[in-house]
Amino acid sequence: MSYQPNDRGYYGQFGGAFIPEMLYPNVEELREQYLTIMADPEFQREFQSLLRDYVGRPTPLFYAKRLSEKYNTKVYLKREDLCHTGAHKINNTVGQILLARRLGKKRIIAETGAGQHGVATATVCALMGMECIVYMGKIDTERQRPNVERMRLLGAEVRPVTSGSQTLKDATNEAIRDWISNPVDTHYIIGSVVGPHPYPDLVARLQSVISEEMRKQLLEKTGSELPNYVVACVGGGSNAAGAFYHFLDEPSVQLVAVEAAGHGIDSGHSAATSVLGKPGIIHGSRTLLMQDEHGQITEPYSLSAGLDYPGVGPLHAHLAVSGRARFISIDDEAALYAVAELSRLEGIIPALETAHALAALAQLGAGPDDVVVVNLSGRGDKDLETYLKYAEKLNSYASNSASN
Amino acid sequence: MQNRIAQTFAKKQNRLLNIYFTAGYPTLDATVPLLETLAASGADLIEIGMPFSDPLADGPVIQQSSTVALQNGMNLYVLFEQLKDIRQRVPETPILLMGYLNPVLQFGIEKFCEQAAAAGADGLILPDMPLVEYEEEYKEIFQRYGLQPVFLITPQTAPERIRRMDALTDSFLYLVSGPGTTGGGTTQDSGTQEAYFKRVAEMGLRNPRLIGFGIGDKKSFDRACEYANGAIIGSALIRSLEGATDAPAAAKAFVSSVLN
Repeated sequence: MSYQPNDRGYYGQFGGAFIPEMLYPNVEELREQYLTIMADPEFQREFQSLLRDYVGRPTPLFYAKRLSEKYNTKVYLKREDLCHTGAHKINNTVGQILLARRLGKKRIIAETGAGQHGVATATVCALMGMECIVYMGKIDTERQRPNVERMRLLGAEVRPVTSGSQTLKDATNEAIRDWISNPVDTHYIIGSVVGPHPYPDLVARLQSVISEEMRKQLLEKTGSELPNYVVACVGGGSNAAGAFYHFLDEPSVQLVAVEAAGHGIDSGHSAATSVLGKPGIIHGSRTLLMQDEHGQITEPYSLSAGLDYPGVGPLHAHLAVSGRARFISIDDEAALYAVAELSRLEGIIPALETAHALAALAQLGAGPDDVVVVNLSGRGDKDLETYLKYAEKLNSYASNSASN
Repeated sequence: MQNRIAQTFAKKQNRLLNIYFTAGYPTLDATVPLLETLAASGADLIEIGMPFSDPLADGPVIQQSSTVALQNGMNLYVLFEQLKDIRQRVPETPILLMGYLNPVLQFGIEKFCEQAAAAGADGLILPDMPLVEYEEEYKEIFQRYGLQPVFLITPQTAPERIRRMDALTDSFLYLVSGPGTTGGGTTQDSGTQEAYFKRVAEMGLRNPRLIGFGIGDKKSFDRACEYANGAIIGSALIRSLEGATDAPAAAKAFVSSVLN
């Protein structure tokens, strides 16, 4: 089975480009050019040099000794939280800004949920001296305030979105509308492996540096390029796509995608798309989508602003339906527990999104000799306000996890 | 037999007014009275919007009307039930259903086309339906039920793509006036816009053309009619229905203000 998209952007039954005609020329221009531009040695030289000297790659692969003891398996953390701006998101924005420049674009727009992609976009726009507008759900601007201020400091204009659920889905709608209104000079830097073809493939390729490095580092540290498990959280799924990419055709590697269950799968307040979703169309691609029986897109919920998206990337929908990846749902409580646990056991405060992936360790069933790589997609600084809100709970979890 | 859309354009070549309204707005039961009133007031074609939670090509006015319609309980089952006797009330005016692909696919594309045709619809406007998917997957189904697709053209649409759309329908081509979503003014200067309208007009297309997006009053309607067979108005009508105690009366007054 192939895990690469066909020429129309389909991964099995998922993908495609379901866009209004107003976006067709933009998306078509990108589709025609992205592979050629990315294959250009000059692009690669510039991209690799920025990844190394600006982003800080390769990121370490850290053997988490105390976490390993706790789960009686060998846990390695791929430290994307050590990337410049604090998350894996910058791998993609560095690549796309170079692409945008080669396409002759002058203005950059982006959507953001947790703010990590917005910050990463604002950062590369500052670096390249390009105009930057970031759409963010009003609710997200409130729960991720430090990132809003960071974007402004970097010179980006943050536009709070008040339509719909005022979160990531609506921010994406508004960004698309902006692109419809500015079809010539604007490039839309989508932050995840979602959207019309070629975005899912483009973003997956730009993030694939994560699994490329994992293979080299695993060989060095364990004597084998292949782990038994790769675990990553999934909202749209860009960090998971990057972590899975170079293992997709290695059937011995179990790929584990972790979704946000929110208050619980059946609570009506969840973002576990692989369980609750049905095939449908959102933001330009056919994928698994949370919707009601009339095809209206329903509001997802997760405590983490980066995971409450009602769809997943079409690659992930394909991985879910084909069984290539195992999907696990983690609720808010378990994620908060994992925040406390990693902080206390390893001295690393993870992002709330990433904590979902960490919480899945308890459910993997990995043995003492198994090698598990968790993609530590981002750091928790941006979530400090949320963590302060749950300080009492986190402290009791922390002493609990440290004493076990 | 010619479809109602083609018949309408055969009878009248210019100043055709196509009015859009959202089904189930401002009240759930407003759909049929509005349809009858619009037809009686001089609308040459009528587009019924099938509300969707995330209407990407639409601006805030139509999105808001869709949100209200969904809250009112509008869905495709209700809409088809409301429309079942419509051809006895509105025998000639072409009716087009406008909406997004996801609700249609959830309903089932074949079942949707069957019921749309049974309800008296003549055409479908689905802005996020890709041309290639239409040709390969949906065309045969549309044709089986006598439904005409309407394709959108923008200033950036390449001529060969316009010709391909022209070949795929017997209705009209929807000229999006400039960059932007429905209900907004366009950022394009009038000279660029005029050049685009003329460029398409001079292509000698099979189908007539209607200009939409940003048309909202007599002045913009008259101007659009200089470059095409007519125009499409949506958001401005919806705005006139906001808070109206008698929606059909408000719609009648609105159409009259555009035509007279």
